Amino acid sequence: MRDRMKLEFDSRSSNESFARVTVASFVVRLDPTLEEISDIKTAVSGAVTNCVVHGYENREGIITIQCYIEENEITIIVEDKGVGIEDVEKAMEPLYTTKPNEERAGMGFSFMEIFMDSLLVESKPGEGTRVTMKKKIDRK
Amino acid sequence: MKNVIMLEGDKMIIRVGEDLDHHVTKELKENIDAMVDKGIVRNIAFDFSTTGFMDSAGIGLIMGRYKKISPLGGEISIVGTNPAIERIIRISGIHKIIRMELVK
Ligand SMILES: Nc1ncnc2c1ncn2[C@@H]1O[C@H](COP(=O)(O)OP(=O)(O)O)[C@@H](O)[C@H]1O
Ligand SMILES: [Mg+2]
Repeated sequence: MRDRMKLEFDSRSSNESFARVTVASFVVRLDPTLEEISDIKTAVSGAVTNCVVHGYENREGIITIQCYIEENEITIIVEDKGVGIEDVEKAMEPLYTTKPNEERAGMGFSFMEIFMDSLLVESKPGEGTRVTMKKKIDRK
Repeated sequence: MKNVIMLEGDKMIIRVGEDLDHHVTKELKENIDAMVDKGIVRNIAFDFSTTGFMDSAGIGLIMGRYKKISPLGGEISIVGTNPAIERIIRISGIHKIIRMELVK
């Protein structure tokens, strides 16, 4: 099976649930388990929240999500044109956060890694951040 | 569905709504901290019996409240979890610092 969709929406915390629920309902055609749906929602929520909180620092901006289905694998790309990340490797370390006073747990990237099969983070300071996540949905 | 907050002595019981994500935690954090700062609340219980989703922002909220009330001798407890919520809590490691009452 091949399929794709693209979402574009304003950077706003109220769109976090919209984004994860929309991606989850796109993935339903692969017949995922409840646990797989929950994993994908958690990963998408973390990526989108990062765009809102870090990428655009709660200011205006546009977040894009692209989803591709190929065979039984879903690829999810979450992108912002915000401030970008200076040191991606460091940002991906568990518990690392640049906003400790806002009570970020620093677990966003860790959860994306744990709940998806693969995670790729590409970023340029001043240009934005692109997060690519993949997950295979086992056929039952 | 909205969060519902109840008081039982110095214990605040939060019946968390459908989702505990970054959008929801912003307001909830302010409500909790105001009560703790006034000295009304020392212990906090999160009731997840009507919650379907929590992400790393929810974990951040719980960790932050733990850091705030434990120096005052307060405790965090978690009740009414389901498999999805329990999985997030275990993977995050916060079950080591909070009291969890497992229903199932
Ligand atoms: N989209 C983004 N734009 C800019 N910086 C980001 C973005 N996503 C993540 N970061 C950086 O990576 C750090 C770690 O992210 P994460 O693991 O999600 O933890 P948290 O969001 O709790 O800080 C953030 O504190 C931030 O500095
Ligand atoms: Mg994050």
